[in-house]
Amino acid sequence: MIGNLPYIAVAIFIGLGIYTLMFKKNLIKIAIGVCLIENGVNLFLITLGYKKGAIAPIYTQAPSGQAMVLPTPQALTLTSIVIGIATTALILSVAMMIYKHYGTLDTDQVRRLRG
Amino acid sequence: MKEMSRIVKTVTNFVYGFIIIFGFYIIAHGHLTPGGGFQGGAVVGSAFALLLVSYGSLNSNKFLKKDIFSLFENFGLTLFIVLGFSGLGITFFYNFLANSGSWFGDAAVIGINPGDMNTGGVIPLMNIAVGLEVLSAFGVILLTMARGAEFTKKKENS
Amino acid sequence: MNLSNHIPILIIAIPLLAAFLVPLIGRINKKATGILTTLALSVSLIFTIALAVKILTVGPQVYVFGATSPSLTLPSGLKFPIRIMLQIDAMSIFMGLITAVISFFGAIYSLSFIKKYDGVDKYYSLLLLLTVGMFGMEFTGDIFNFFVFLEIASIASVALISFRGVDYGEPAEAGFKYMMVSSISALMVLFAVGIFYGQYDLLNFAAIASMIKYSQLDKIALGLLIPVLAMKAGAVPMHMWTPDAYSEAPAPITMILVAASQASLYALFRIVFSLYNISLNALTVGWIIIIFGLLSMFIGVTMAIVQKDIKRLMAYHAVSQTGYMLLGVGVGLAVLANPVALQKYGITAMEGGIFHIMNHAMYKGLLFLTAGALFFRTGTRDLNKMGGLAHYMKYTTIFFIIGAAAIAGLPPFNGFASKLLIYESVYRFNPLLSIIAMVVSILTLASFVKVFHSAFLGPKLPQFKEVKEVPRSMVFAMAVLSCIIIFFGLFPDLIVKNLVHPAVMSLIEQLQYTGTVLGGM
Repeated sequence: MIGNLPYIAVAIFIGLGIYTLMFKKNLIKIAIGVCLIENGVNLFLITLGYKKGAIAPIYTQAPSGQAMVLPTPQALTLTSIVIGIATTALILSVAMMIYKHYGTLDTDQVRRLRG
Repeated sequence: MKEMSRIVKTVTNFVYGFIIIFGFYIIAHGHLTPGGGFQGGAVVGSAFALLLVSYGSLNSNKFLKKDIFSLFENFGLTLFIVLGFSGLGITFFYNFLANSGSWFGDAAVIGINPGDMNTGGVIPLMNIAVGLEVLSAFGVILLTMARGAEFTKKKENS
Repeated sequence: MNLSNHIPILIIAIPLLAAFLVPLIGRINKKATGILTTLALSVSLIFTIALAVKILTVGPQVYVFGATSPSLTLPSGLKFPIRIMLQIDAMSIFMGLITAVISFFGAIYSLSFIKKYDGVDKYYSLLLLLTVGMFGMEFTGDIFNFFVFLEIASIASVALISFRGVDYGEPAEAGFKYMMVSSISALMVLFAVGIFYGQYDLLNFAAIASMIKYSQLDKIALGLLIPVLAMKAGAVPMHMWTPDAYSEAPAPITMILVAASQASLYALFRIVFSLYNISLNALTVGWIIIIFGLLSMFIGVTMAIVQKDIKRLMAYHAVSQTGYMLLGVGVGLAVLANPVALQKYGITAMEGGIFHIMNHAMYKGLLFLTAGALFFRTGTRDLNKMGGLAHYMKYTTIFFIIGAAAIAGLPPFNGFASKLLIYESVYRFNPLLSIIAMVVSILTLASFVKVFHSAFLGPKLPQFKEVKEVPRSMVFAMAVLSCIIIFFGLFPDLIVKNLVHPAVMSLIEQLQYTGTVLGGM
């Protein structure tokens, strides 16, 4: 049961992220919702590599005779975090452009394209 | 954004050099200890954020220039791809410097070892290229957003 | 150094190097940026054609990054591949040809279209990055690498959609909607990658395909991947971003975005056919894809008839034509486990669907380029304000007629060939689906007659007195696309036998896909 806690945390993160994305009206809160989903998926990837009682997968001056956690999910998560930075920077810049032209950050008012 | 008080500016003057050196340490030791190109670049980028916040965006335009950051970003990216192309005699991204005796060319010991910085081949060079690119990219993003915020505030106040 | 071994990676790496060199060259000379882009994309086009000839004669090819030889997939006796690799078979090179042709002509069209904006060097750099992302999505053999290239293409396309957002507000709004949709879909793809890694400890397509068991977790991954990749391709009910994004982007970028949506569709087919193959419940999943296709066709075309903005109308038609592709391939998937039906009409349905991908890219690209030409000269996209433009823009009128006839499925053009294949084979599966497809085709013709009448026919209007024909590079791009459309329409048999049939066979036979990497195990 204790070993399942990170997965429950992943489910809570993704659930809260989707709730924020669907029901909040401010553009910046929608960007935060995207960040929450991304954090949940990164946590999921890292938790997949865990082995009970193992140490970090570094050979430099490591204590001998111990198992190590899997290093591949750590590389995947790192790539995903870098992509997340680019996504966040771009979504915030586009929100700034919307504020410059529409004068408001409320999605009910940012609705010139419809039909 | 406005500049902060004299205490904040003095502490920033002491501290930002150490943050930048720590970031470069993380970049350079990426093949031995946790870290590498992106992580070190992000730490140096946070030093730029500290300077921007404590001195205000109008003052920091005097010593953080967007054009130079943009130029360094392009250099870092081009260096990364050129390092990939230079192994093309065998395959793309082939590590032609490993175990060869020249730059970073010592043979790496498999298993637990005290850590030799001269190993790794082309990997530390790619770490440096990526680190340069990431710190410049952070500089460009922060400076562009600060300038955009100024423009919007001017429009709000007028 | 034998260059022909390295062609797969050069197709991706040369535009990437050019994307990073373009801002450096832009500081010295502004005009050289466009020329460098066109040069890099023409090199990619030539290499893609050479690779296509090699793959269709010799067989699928693998390229391993960083190994001691390009095709060494299993080093030193390991049982599964450990490096990132590109795996190119007939279906991948089919999509690669579409990407190469569309991006090259998009860059040529941009040479005169984008001149009056500033930030042109960043535009070309982003266009090259979008092309790299698309090629990477189509050529890769590794699911995590697919996620990375998917994100590269999404981020580059968001920045390009909001390119005019400095002066107007609407492109920024369209860019925000598209960014939200593509972030969610990419993160859900990453979640499915995590599920696959957690179960099998492998990230390679072929290696997972040889070991897949269709357990409960695999069903969850399939349930995540199908809606999410269909969302990126623009299928209903997830199509809300398509009209905004396609109408507010600059015209050559809309053409390349159409090709990027087809790349997500390719990924959907690759995952369902080559990764899962017969292990999944083919009839159920096939019917789900058919339902997506029917909804897209019908809702796309009915929303398109009432539009007043010419690019929004064409964007809804893009949604509708995506429905044809989903219908054709869905029928093929539904009979995958039934070898008699597969031989009789399943393979023909898939040929129709996949041939339609190439035809759609060509004629929809041509239509978006003509809409861009109208916007370039008249400054408006509203059909109520345009009229009588056939007097001033003769070449654009001819190209529009060719594009509209092709999309409606009239005989000497290529739309007829692929639609006939879909009608015949889908009729044998279930007659109702085929009748709905024919009704949609008639409504498509109706809406394009409306556009032609509003924009081109009619008396000369006084406010358009200074309108001339568009510059030469734009006419050249549109002319070559028209020639390709006419050629495909007159000789469809040649294309289906040589390009489409090997692609369909490489999707259906999973053993050929895994055998290339795992060495016949």
